[in-house]
Amino acid sequence: MEKVALFATCLTDTLYPDTARAAVRLLERLGCSVDFPLGQTCCGQMHFNTGYRRHAVDLAGRFQQVFAGYDAVVAPSGSCAAMVRDVHPRLGAGTPRTFELSEFLVDVLGVTEVGAYFPHRVTYHPTCHSLRMLGVGEKPLALLRAVRGLDLVELPAATECCGFGGTFAIKNADTSTAMLADKMRHVLDTGAEVLTAGDNSCLMHIGGGLSRLRAGVRPVHLAEILASTEEEPWTPASR
Amino acid sequence: MADARASILAGIRAALRDRPPTPPVPRAYRRTGEASVELLAERVAHYRAAVHVVAEDGLGALLGDLLAGRVVVAPADLPWDVPGVTWLRDDPPLPLDRLDEADGVLTGCAVAIAPTGTIVLDAGAAQGRRALTLLPDYHVCVVRADQVAGSVPEALARLDPTRPLTFISGPSATSDIELDRVEGVHGPRTLVVVIVRGAT
Amino acid sequence: MTWLGSPKFPDAARAALADTQLRRNLRNATTTIRGRRAEAVDELPDWEELRRAGEAIKEQVLHHLDTYLEQLEAAVTRRGGTVHWARDAAEANAVVRDLVGDAEEVVKVKSMTTAEIGLNEALAAAGVHAVETDLAELIVQLGDDRPSHILVPAIHRNRAEIREIFRAAGLEAESDDPRVLAEAARAHLRRKFLSCDVAISGANFAVADTGSVVVLESEGNGRMCLTLPRRLITVMGIEKVVPTWQDLEVFLQLLPRSSTAERMNPYTSVWTGVTPGDGPQEFHLVLLDNGRTATLADPEGRQALRCIRCSACLNVCPVYERTGGRSYGSVYPGPIGAIITPQLVDDPRDEQAASLPFASSLCGACFEVCPVRIDIPEVLTHLRAEVVRARGRDAESVAMAAAAWVFASPRRYAAAQKLGSLARFLARDGRLSRLPGPGAAWTSSRDAPVPAREPFREWWRKNRG
Repeated sequence: MEKVALFATCLTDTLYPDTARAAVRLLERLGCSVDFPLGQTCCGQMHFNTGYRRHAVDLAGRFQQVFAGYDAVVAPSGSCAAMVRDVHPRLGAGTPRTFELSEFLVDVLGVTEVGAYFPHRVTYHPTCHSLRMLGVGEKPLALLRAVRGLDLVELPAATECCGFGGTFAIKNADTSTAMLADKMRHVLDTGAEVLTAGDNSCLMHIGGGLSRLRAGVRPVHLAEILASTEEEPWTPASR
Repeated sequence: MADARASILAGIRAALRDRPPTPPVPRAYRRTGEASVELLAERVAHYRAAVHVVAEDGLGALLGDLLAGRVVVAPADLPWDVPGVTWLRDDPPLPLDRLDEADGVLTGCAVAIAPTGTIVLDAGAAQGRRALTLLPDYHVCVVRADQVAGSVPEALARLDPTRPLTFISGPSATSDIELDRVEGVHGPRTLVVVIVRGAT
Repeated sequence: MTWLGSPKFPDAARAALADTQLRRNLRNATTTIRGRRAEAVDELPDWEELRRAGEAIKEQVLHHLDTYLEQLEAAVTRRGGTVHWARDAAEANAVVRDLVGDAEEVVKVKSMTTAEIGLNEALAAAGVHAVETDLAELIVQLGDDRPSHILVPAIHRNRAEIREIFRAAGLEAESDDPRVLAEAARAHLRRKFLSCDVAISGANFAVADTGSVVVLESEGNGRMCLTLPRRLITVMGIEKVVPTWQDLEVFLQLLPRSSTAERMNPYTSVWTGVTPGDGPQEFHLVLLDNGRTATLADPEGRQALRCIRCSACLNVCPVYERTGGRSYGSVYPGPIGAIITPQLVDDPRDEQAASLPFASSLCGACFEVCPVRIDIPEVLTHLRAEVVRARGRDAESVAMAAAAWVFASPRRYAAAQKLGSLARFLARDGRLSRLPGPGAAWTSSRDAPVPAREPFREWWRKNRG
């Protein structure tokens, strides 16, 4: 029995609690004992990537203290997991074994079939940091392919960035929007009703664009799809 | 500019105050490869150069077919004589304008690299100076099977770096317009590589 | 280095993004070259090993740059060449101007380094016309334009536009077929090659232990310049040296496949000093610093000096693909430009240069393809920190400090979540379409998420705590 700490990430905790709840449900269904250390806040990625290194160092130090003593830390975010695993050591903070959710399922628990049921047409966007920093590769797709009822459609030019890039979306809003336009075009080309990914930050970006266009495509985090079963189907966020 | 030299070197030494340790260069890449005539022929052809593979006793006739009726530049020590060709021997050195007016040039080479389809000239035997293979519009180059190397590392090891070297991979080309490759710009627009099979 | 009066990146990008022809030209070109590069690289089973070797050799060079430059100088001199040193652009331009002597026209091989120092302009001011002989450089020169790519300076132009540029310059082409345009360039330059007395080139590599200089090219204009004139002047950044002849076996594999996506580029020339009776009988090598030693002094930023100018990072960059090279306001565009330019400029007050490290979404595609494994995203965040440090206190730094203060305490953080959830009252139909302040840049094109009724930690405390 793995005793894991859930690192919800500040974005998911505040804006997408359904994703964190789904992650807990899924991990417990697979036999893990999940804890949520309430001392957690933010891994410091925004500060680090925007050039505020001193604050990032402080936050990395905090993170290390909060999560010390767990077998593993699991985050429903490739981007934040990469920050903890790749960048924290450069900021002088060692860290417990940290995994992005799909990595944890496939590599640590050794499962791709998680008993999920999700009867929708879905396309998957591999987020840049999960792809290039963590190297999650095909793991999320393997998990999705095993979901009963799910019709997986390949996203054209999938590995191209959606243009989020944290504060890039604000500082270079025009370029970011141009990138977003192409990503949305590819999503719409698939005819999918659901766009999924392992990062709520990118889903917030692409989903925000799709919502503005009333495009009829809903962003759903991978954890929510994998948590969904026939007995307990996924329901849209109660907002 | 002696002071520029001194101040740049001093600047470098100051910049490297941390004198970072230098790990040894990992050379786990491949040093050898397939040195076959067939691979060389395939890879040269890929650049849209013309390729002929012949046995030693067929070389004269083939060169005749390729060069007959043309005015052809020859390095001073060219070993092949082909009838029906007007030869321009580079001895004494021909003026550039004469080279430019010639129809073609015939040379040997120093080394060839099979997997990349490259021939290398080093101004050695049967090659002459660099300008000879640059100005005429039609370059016929003879490669012997024993000159074919199986990899870039093998080829470089065979070459003398202090000689003037020209690595040629297909005819001159450009991709400067819409990244669409066009053969034939300033260098010879036609490259013919003749590979002479070794005695079997 | 940077073009005077260039707007900051976001502003330059805004204008470029609206240029539909540019957008299409770039999308076509980069898509083409990306696919071809992937094929060329996938063909080599030892690509990763070559990258590791390339990285290590370049690191070795940087860590012992003084030694290798002295070796190179000695070897070139031994073989009849002359070596000159130049601290900056002005010094390099003066050296070249003197070496050109009384020639009124010189031919040039495409060279990033001479573009960096503004050599053509400096020569023009001295009454010397420098003729660019590379097709794309010629297109840029005739169009009184600026290069927008390291390898293909006219990548932002399509065939129809190029034909127009040629026509305006008096070069007639019967059609806009690239073959016909290339032919027009050939005819235009032939005479110049045959009659020019002085040539100027850059260098891809120079081998310290032999004194050999290497230039890779495709068209043969390089060979013309390196072979036919009597005097050859090569301007080279000091970081271009490699220790030994054997080291080229790595770079002659990495560079062609990364840049033009070929197994080998059509022509590579190697020369060592002067060879009696063959090629230029006078050879000058100008070693240029121009901000490189300052870059070397930064342990975090110095890896940018490993760059071999292949341009693979430009071709995969989603930002470059949409904004084009000229938005970067420098001869070095794209991701590599975003880390090289600010370091070479080395002036925290230069707002244009300071905007470059932020011109990236940090997607990491550049690092993935870099043949010498420059971790461009890592250097970008490092340079962002430098910019932030130089800017001092401003609205953003105050906001970031406030955020850090909130994140430092779970209690404050929970309170901020409650405060943030007030934004729910701005929502219409479950959407937030207009945010105030910096958020307005977000909602200009995207809806914002409506904060949850109950953050996850609330739920956890109630149900599991």
